[in-house]
Order: sequence, then C-alpha cells, then structure tokens
Amino acid sequence: MIPAAFAYARPTTIDEALQAVASGGEDVKIMAGGQSLIPVMRLRLAAPETVVDLTKVAELRGVRDDGDAIVIGAMTTHSDVISDPLIAQHAPLIAEATETVADRQVRHRGTFGGALAHADPAGDLPAVALALDAEFVIAGLGGRRTVPAAEFFVDYLTTALAEGELLVEIRIPKLPGTWGMHYEKFNRVAQAWSIVAVAALVRTEGGRIAEARIGLTNMGPTPLRASGVEAALVDVEATAESVAAAAEHAAEGTSPSSDLNGQADYREHLAKVLTRRAVTVAAGL
Amino acid sequence: MTLVEEPVAAQAPEAEIGKARLRKEDARLITGKTTWTDNMVLPGMLHLAVVRSPVAHAKITNVDLTAAQQAPGVIAVYSGRDFADEQGSIPCAWPVTPDMVNPGHPSVAVEEVNHVGEAVAVIVARSKTAAQDAVELVDIDYDPLPVVLDMEKAVGQDAHLCHDHIDSNESFNFVFDAGEAGTGGNTEQAFADAEVVVSRRFVQQRVIPAFMEPRSVVVQPQGDNYTMWAATQIPHILRVMLAMITGVPEHKLRVIAPDVGGGFGGKLQVTPEEVICMLVARRLGKPVKWTETRSESLMSAHHGRDQIQYIDIASDREGNVKGLRCRILADMGAYLRLVSPGVPVLGAFMFVGIYKFPAYRFDCRGIFTNKVPTDAYRGAGRPEATFAIERIMDELAVELDMDPLELRRKNWIKAEEFPFTTAAGLEYDSGDYEQATQQALELLGYDELRAEQRRRRESNDPVQLGIGFSTFTEMCGLAPSRVLGSLAYGAGGWENASIRMLPTGKVEVVTGSTPHGQGHETAWSQLVADSLGVPFEDVEVLHGDTAISPRGLDTYGSRSLVVGGAAVMKAADKVVAKARRVAAHLLEASEEDLDFSGGSFSVRGTPGTGLSIQEIALATFAAHNFPDGMEPSIDAEATFDPVNFSFPHGTHLCAMEVDTETGMVKIRKYACVDDVGIVVNPLIVEGQVHGGLAQGIAQALYEEAVYDADGNLTTGTFVDYLVPSAADLPHFDTGNTVHAAPGNPIGAKGVGEAGCIASTPAVVNAALDAVRHLGVSDILMPLTPERVWRAIHQGGDGGDRATAGTNAYGGAQTETTAGVSTDASSLGGDR
Amino acid sequence: MTQISVRVDGASYSDDVEPRTLLVHYLREQLGKVGTVVGCDTSNCGACTVHLDGEAVKSCTVFAVQADGSEVTTIEGISSNGTLHPMQKAFHEMHGLQCGFCTPGMIMASIDLVNDNPNPSDDEVREGIEGNLCRCTGYQNIVRAVQQAAAEMSGGTAPATEALGAQS
Repeated sequence: MIPAAFAYARPTTIDEALQAVASGGEDVKIMAGGQSLIPVMRLRLAAPETVVDLTKVAELRGVRDDGDAIVIGAMTTHSDVISDPLIAQHAPLIAEATETVADRQVRHRGTFGGALAHADPAGDLPAVALALDAEFVIAGLGGRRTVPAAEFFVDYLTTALAEGELLVEIRIPKLPGTWGMHYEKFNRVAQAWSIVAVAALVRTEGGRIAEARIGLTNMGPTPLRASGVEAALVDVEATAESVAAAAEHAAEGTSPSSDLNGQADYREHLAKVLTRRAVTVAAGL
Repeated sequence: MTLVEEPVAAQAPEAEIGKARLRKEDARLITGKTTWTDNMVLPGMLHLAVVRSPVAHAKITNVDLTAAQQAPGVIAVYSGRDFADEQGSIPCAWPVTPDMVNPGHPSVAVEEVNHVGEAVAVIVARSKTAAQDAVELVDIDYDPLPVVLDMEKAVGQDAHLCHDHIDSNESFNFVFDAGEAGTGGNTEQAFADAEVVVSRRFVQQRVIPAFMEPRSVVVQPQGDNYTMWAATQIPHILRVMLAMITGVPEHKLRVIAPDVGGGFGGKLQVTPEEVICMLVARRLGKPVKWTETRSESLMSAHHGRDQIQYIDIASDREGNVKGLRCRILADMGAYLRLVSPGVPVLGAFMFVGIYKFPAYRFDCRGIFTNKVPTDAYRGAGRPEATFAIERIMDELAVELDMDPLELRRKNWIKAEEFPFTTAAGLEYDSGDYEQATQQALELLGYDELRAEQRRRRESNDPVQLGIGFSTFTEMCGLAPSRVLGSLAYGAGGWENASIRMLPTGKVEVVTGSTPHGQGHETAWSQLVADSLGVPFEDVEVLHGDTAISPRGLDTYGSRSLVVGGAAVMKAADKVVAKARRVAAHLLEASEEDLDFSGGSFSVRGTPGTGLSIQEIALATFAAHNFPDGMEPSIDAEATFDPVNFSFPHGTHLCAMEVDTETGMVKIRKYACVDDVGIVVNPLIVEGQVHGGLAQGIAQALYEEAVYDADGNLTTGTFVDYLVPSAADLPHFDTGNTVHAAPGNPIGAKGVGEAGCIASTPAVVNAALDAVRHLGVSDILMPLTPERVWRAIHQGGDGGDRATAGTNAYGGAQTETTAGVSTDASSLGGDR
Repeated sequence: MTQISVRVDGASYSDDVEPRTLLVHYLREQLGKVGTVVGCDTSNCGACTVHLDGEAVKSCTVFAVQADGSEVTTIEGISSNGTLHPMQKAFHEMHGLQCGFCTPGMIMASIDLVNDNPNPSDDEVREGIEGNLCRCTGYQNIVRAVQQAAAEMSGGTAPATEALGAQS
C-alpha cells in the first residue's frame, strides 16, 4: 500500500517535461493521471527511480479544432473528454467508450493520452483510437513526429514511444459523410476492464453500408482492427443478415489470452457476437 | 449536530418495538468521527509488517533477517523460530469428533509453510513505511513440497499430503444418521425402496468474507497489563483465547473492539496477527500496531464455504420425498482455525430444509489443502445446506416432471404442524411457508413472468427468462449451551446484559454482544425504552470492551437480538422488579398493588400517585429513604441461555434473464418474503435482508477465490475478486410475515444471515430454469458468462475457469508475498 | 521531502512530505483526518474518496505532492455550523449505512455525482457510485439516500421523513 521511494518532478511545460525525463536516471516513469501507475506502485509491481508528473503541463490539456481533424491534448481527462463539444460532434465514439472506463473518481484524474500510452489491451480507448485512424503526435528532445495508430500499438503495454519521448496530442481525423458509431463493451462488473469490446464505425449511403471500421479490445496483446469484417462490409445492403455474416470474420487474426474472465475460444466467440451488435447499432439497424 | 431529536410533548407512550427508528450509530459514522482501530495513535507506537510466504507448501530451509534488521527505522525482525516457544497454536474451539486431527497452527511458520500468505517473519519499525520497505529485505529459502489443492484428489489413493507429519489429508469424519439418532428411518433402506433417486454433485465454491474495514490490531503494554484494540467480532472470546495462547493471565488482558467495519464471520477469529502483536508488544514493552492491506486480507484472513456435495434424494413417483443422503467434502484449508470444523457441522442439521424427510444421513469429511483456512462466513454451514436441498429439489422436480413449487408444497411442513421435529432432530418453532410463498409470488408478479418466459421460449428469443425458488429455513440464535456442548463446541451460547440506572434517570445498557454494523445501539435502546418506559434517547448502549462489558459471547450466527437482546429484556425485568420494591416503599403501598406502565409506578385505583422509574433511580442514588434490607441499587444483570434455536424462514424468488449468445445473466427481478419473527426495527431488518441478499447473489454470480496450480490465490485483489457494486445488483422487493419465536421474550428469530442463505440457490435455480430446455442441468458458481455460455453450447456445468489473473496484474502476487513483481504484471485498463 | 501547501476542510497546512506519500496517508497520518479511510490497494473500493478542487478522487491514487496548492474536502469538512450536509442527512434517514466504513467515501462520491446530475434515476445513481464498494447494505438504501439528497440539494422538496435519531 506504500510505494517504494522515488524522485519526483513536476514540470509545467513540455520542454521541461522532456528535460526531466532525460535527466531522471535509468528508470523514469511518466505519470499522466496516475490511475494505472499509482496502483502498481502501491503494490510495488513498479518501483521507478523517478516519476515525472505531467498534471501541471497546461499545454497538454484540452481539445481543439484543427481543420480536418480535432486534436485532443494527451492530458485531457476522461471527464473532460466526455463533456467536450468537439468530441461530441466529430467523434462521439470516444466519449461513449470513455464513459465506460472505470468510475467517476478515476475519470476525474485519468487521461486520454495516459490510457493510450499505457496501451493495455483490455483498456477501452486504444481500440477506439485505432478504429478512428487516430494519429499520435510524439515529442522528443530532437523534435516532434507523428505516428499513425496502426503503428503506435506495438505489443502488450508497448507503444512506438521511445525512451525519453512524450505523447503530446492525438489527432482524430474528421470523418466525411454519414457515420454511425457504437462501442459495445462486455465485462462482468461495472468497474471491470473489458473481457472483449468492439468499437464500430459505419458509413452508410442510402440504406447501404459503404464502409466500416472495427476496433477490437482485448483480443490480443494490442488493440486490433477486424479487417475481415471490414472487408465484408464494403458496399453491402444494411441488413441484419449481411452484418451477421460479416461479423463471423471478427476473430480472424486475433490471439486473445485466457484468464479468469474467459478462455481464448470464448473471447473469439464474443468478438463475433459483439461485432454484430456493435455494427448493428452503428448502422442504425 | 442536528441529530438531536426535539423533545416530544407528553403523550401516550408509543411502543418502541416495531418502530423504524433511525440509528443512533449514524451520527459518528456519517461525519467521519468514527474510532476504527487503525485510527489509534499511541506515544512510542511501533508498526508491524508481516512477511508472507510466496509458496503454498515448502520446508523453510534458511531464514536471513540481517538486511531487514539493518534497514532504516527497523527496530526488530522476528522469524517463526523466535516465537516458537511462546506462540502456541491458533486455537480450534470445535473438535467435532473425538478423533479429529488438528495439525496445530503456528502464528508464524517455523519449519514449514502450508499456504501462500502464511506469516513467515515480522518486521517492527518506527513507521509503517519503514516496516513496509524492509519486507522485501527478508530472505527466506524454501524447499518446495507437493501442493495439495483438490479435495477429491486429496482423499484419493496415493495423494500427496498437506501435512507430512499426519498420515492423511482427512481431519475428521462427522456423521449424523437419523436412523441411528432415532429421528428418522433407515436411510439405506429408504433409498433401496425408492421409486425415484436423483443424485447430483454440487460445488460450493470458496469465497472471501471481504469485510470493508481491513483487519487492524493495536496492543498497548502497561506493566504486566495489556490492552488490545482489534477489528474483531469477538472481543470476549479473543480475550480468553489470547490468555490461553500467550500465558498472559486473563485478568491482565483487556480487549476492545472499537468501531468495527463489518465482519460477516470474517472477524469471528483469533488471528495469527493478533497473537503476533501481543507477543511483540510483550517482548519490546512498546505499543504496536498492525493494519493489513486488502491484498493481505484476501490471502490471509479466513475464507468461507468450499464444499463438494454429493447429494442423493429419494422419492416416490408422486413426489413424496423418502430420504436424503449427503456426503460432503469440506475444505478446511491448511489449518484449523477457531470454528473451521464446526462450519459444515452447523450445516448438518439444515440439509433437510423445510421438508418432511422420513430418513436422512449426513456424512462429512473435513479435508486439509494448501490454502488459507476456511471458517465462518455469513450463514456458516447453513448456506451450503440450503443450496444443496433447494438445488436438489429442483432436480427432483425435473426428474418427476413436476412444477418445482408443487413439489416443495407437497413436502414442506404445514403451518398447523408446528412445532415440528425434523429428521435432523431439530424442533422447528413456528412459521407458515405457504403464506410467505403466496406473498412472494405476488411481489414478483409470478404469473406474468411465467407467461413471458413461455413467449421467449416459443419465439426462440436469444434472451431467455427463468424463475428460481428457494423456500428456506435456518437455525438462528446460536445457541443453546447444552446443544453446543453435545456437539463438542468449546463454549456456551448464552449472552449477558446489564442495565445501570444513572442518578439523572438516564440508562446505560451493557451488552455482551459486540456489533459491527448491526445497529445494536439503536435496537437495544428500543427494547429498554419499552421495558423500562424511558425515552429512547435516554438509553445508551455500551459494548465491545471487556473492561466495560465483562461477560459476553459476541456477535455471530444471527444471535444478537435473539440471545443478547433477550438478556437485555431479562435484565430490564429485574430492574423493574427492584424498582417496584422501592416504589412500594416510597408510595407506602404494597408491591402487589402497584401498576407499572409508561415508565411509572402507580397505586392501583389511586390516580395521581405516579412515581417514575427515573425518579426512583435518583432516589436510589440518594438512598436516603430506602426499603429496609435492600441494597441501594436497582441495577441488574441477566444472562440468557436459550433452550432452542429459532427458525426464520422465507420464500425467495428470482427472475433471471440469460443471454444465450454471450452467457451473460442479469437478474430481472428479485422478491422475497421473510419471517424473522417479531421485528424490533423494520429499518434495520430490511437493511440486513438487503445486505444478505447482496452477498448471497454475489456468491451465485461473481465471487470465487481461485487458486492456480501452484497454490497462488489468483483472485488476490479487488480487481479479480469481484465484490459487486451498486451497478451490479438489482433492486430487491422484500416483504415479511410474522410468526413470533416462542423461545425468547422478544419473539425475534434472527435476520443477519437469512438473505445470504436463501438467495444463492434461488439465483442459480433461476438461471437453470431459463436454459434447462437447452439441455443444461447445472452450472458451477459463480455463473460467469463464460461458464453459462459453455454449459449452453458445449454441455456440462460450464467447467473450471482459467486461473490466470485478468489483465490487471498479470495474475501477479502482491508486495506482501514476495516483495517482487512478475514480468507480466501491470495494472490494466484505461487509467 | 517536498514541501506542500494545501487547504483541507477550510484550514491551511504546510508540510513536508515524501513524494511517495499518498494523499490518503497524508490526510490520516499527518493531519489526523481519520474520517477518510483505506479499504483496498487497487483503487476499487472508493472508501478513501475526497474532493480535490471540487471533484471526487480516490485519495489513495493521488500523491500528496500532487495536492500542493489545492483545496481538499473530506467527510469531516462538509457539514457546516453543526448542520449536516443533505447527503449525510439522507444516508442517516434512508438507512444507507450499516458498519459505516464505506460511508465517508460513498457520501463524497455521491455528492460529486449529484453535482453533475441533480436528478439521477435509480440506474444513474447505481452507475454513478460504481467506484465505491459497500459490503453491508446491498446498496438499495444508498440509492434511496442519494435520490433524497439530490432532491434537497437542488432545492426540490425532499420526501417527508421522520425525526432524526438521537445523538449517539
């Protein structure tokens, strides 16, 4: 219940933060909302030498309109994401999924960028970001770079963020056309992580499904796109049958784990059912 | 604060018993002015941290404390070897058979560890932080031994041994046979003659009491006296046992249970940590404190349930039951704690439920495994029994193609048959099962839901609906001392109370029953307000301190009101009797001519002669004018020992939706009607029912202590041990019938455990009723979506769960087992 | 050690803390605010919930250094001049507690919920307090309490209740 001792830095700018990370020694942890990091530190499953706390870096907070995208500061809290008008207008899927994260106390502290950088496959937001083709703006002492979502999530709890780098903001491209969205989460008790969840975006054109993007939560060490389902949903009749047939591809290419909540074959089955349900809602069926 | 009630204008006194009085306890609890043990701070106090075994079964080959001893702020570090000569054994007060095997239970392991989480060393430091930091510096070498986890394998041929110094994994074999006891016919014959026999294997999974306040102990040495504050349900029993274990004379030992944050049986224990704190405080002569973390609590505080039940039921074709045969394997865990063996034995007498079985046999073997010991958890033996009988009645109904309610009705004890002696030899006191059932059916809206169930089946709806019954009774009011003696329990079952009349007319009630959330201060005030005719507000209830309440047997087994409250009533009677003598003297009348009503004595037929009992209290204090030969006191003490148990009963109905595509179950509606006898405070009774339901439903749907193949507790935090939140539980529709218990002066039967005992089988029966037409006849608890889905689509009972922890910690051990993390460990999720 | 300045329940404090000191431990052990309690070690139970700059947080999941310059309100700071907060009153009147260990956190979370949603439905209350575990009540009376307090806090008429219990 008491973390191991550590050195603490609380920068107020991105540059200060990068400097603090650079000078923090061998084992530096960057703390966003701390709602994942502090628990593992309490249990001494993590015992970093230095913690760099980003909560006072004001420039990392907030959501802005940037023409063809909305840009979400990495330190924007889950609570602020849920109530943000730009997100509600352009990417309501993010707010819908964020509402299912943990509980209201945790959502007051936990952040959008922190959840993505943590890259837990059971977390809800990575699959959403993947489905939205989000872009990750990463700052380092040498400058900034942008990484597409498809390349950001590398492995279990591992991202494209290199040592000394900081996730600064996430760009969510605005979607042209008529899109429906839904996040279908399946868990055992309210504040638990997803056993499996599906983020679905569906573009409809005059009663047909023109295209779909499907993100899968907890179906492997990283969030995944259900590309088989997406391929089966290009320009098809928006009917229960076509959606059900497409959803049968949901487990292709996945490698879910077996744990207390479910064994791999059950997760594969859930992915299909939940994909069908998510697409059905997103398509307005 | 505004919790002071305005004085009510004088009027005819309203009976307090039956009134929904708001609780006196709340004033401190809602404002944060509570005295939890962990709040205690004493000058010079040292802090303890317990180093725990990371392995389930091993010889301790080397202990190196050097690094920990040299850590900053550390005062002392002890291993089991340091306490070997003085720690004795954690007591087991219930040797259920004369030849029961008790391997002994050191507070700190000396030569061998027998479960993950067992204490292996103790750090004493100037701060909690320093103690915690030193935990990972203790270096202990273990030589692993085979791990015994599965009871059925543990009793098989060539089984590994949990304790290699005893020659099997069996602690005891307790048998109750109605034929031999003369309470029923020959069970084997009944089965041989039966037209129908149904046999099932049920699993009562291991669960964890999970009281919200983690355990905490403070010990203050004062010369050769010791005061212990502990988050315990049983300060009185703890005092006796600590004296026996440590050799500190009982009269030199004071135990205080301050505000205690829940127990549910989980704090009905004499714990290793309480003994350790005593030993360290004695050795160092300094006050010490130990407070556990939640993960420590889950892995080292005792667990509950954990039985495998082989149940056979015999009947004729018409559904008249002929016999019941129960063979039970009960997991004791690695050691016997206070009443570990007694838990299944308490259940032995409840397997027949509310039914008129002519023959009954119960055969229970207590088995050792390399897990945390089991012991009391809300209901203790009776939930296990109720689950078995209410599940097997449904299975028999299916076999006979009968309505499950009709089968129950055909066999249950009729209202006019009370008192009724069952095949298990218990005399059920009162009740009306039909009446409770009718009310419950109405509360649920039974007919409409049955119609909806039919519609869903006919349309092959992916979401199916089922309705489950549990028509239960339980034995409460633990317990008649003679009965406990006949079952070889080490103590009696009486309860003590005393009443002190203060000079100002205020009243102090001292009770031996120690509450931890049940509202004794309120309910006992109501009892005394009625008995003495004093205002509710003028009564203060004292408890939980052996120096204030010297005699008591504490709180468990739905006994507080039934036994402890009865003692209060008896004490009040004595106060009134003494006051009557004083009143007669002061009013110059004979005692026989006095009426006592509304707190005042008056001479019959002489209006205006009233003398209140509160005025008599002042006159007694002055003692200027007192009856000759009477000592100047109207205080009184009473000890109540019941002659029989009380038998609350009720009908619980659960309507359950099952999503056959995912296996997710959702309670659509839950209705229950309980008969707990006379209700003293309906608010408190309703609250007890709600809380019991939550725990019983949680056993059915969410909770399970899961061990992996190495004996690690996978569900070692609240991330994986799923205590339900508000969002995971339904609204409850509750009702009451009232049949007074004849065995105590209040007429109360006990309510603490009813909801927890009754609800579990109702929930499981409901889920099965929803999917039985799909070929499902059993699903293991808890009904995880995966298990339900597998049972529907792959047959069987849903099977075992994978034992890896969820993403949250990679199934990792926590700091107190090894002080290290695993490679896979990381907190999951969007946080 | 790092020096922090923080206002807690209306009083100002300046203290040296280790960076690793959790806010809940700072409150309990350095300030004696023992009304706020610790019930778990994984941020599940919510017993330690306080308000940090007006928002409910789990004080076991915030370092004390992070509260530097902030305003903290605990269960001990919500009644004023001897008058209970409507949420405290409602928990009492609706019998929304038994052992009371979860109660401080439950009340603080519930106030936060009602601040956001002045008129929550039964389901909204249940979801709103999903981060707080209670082992005693089965939650039904807590839901009733939150709804009663919500009515009173938003100036509506609270359901009529009987007189409060005597002081204990």
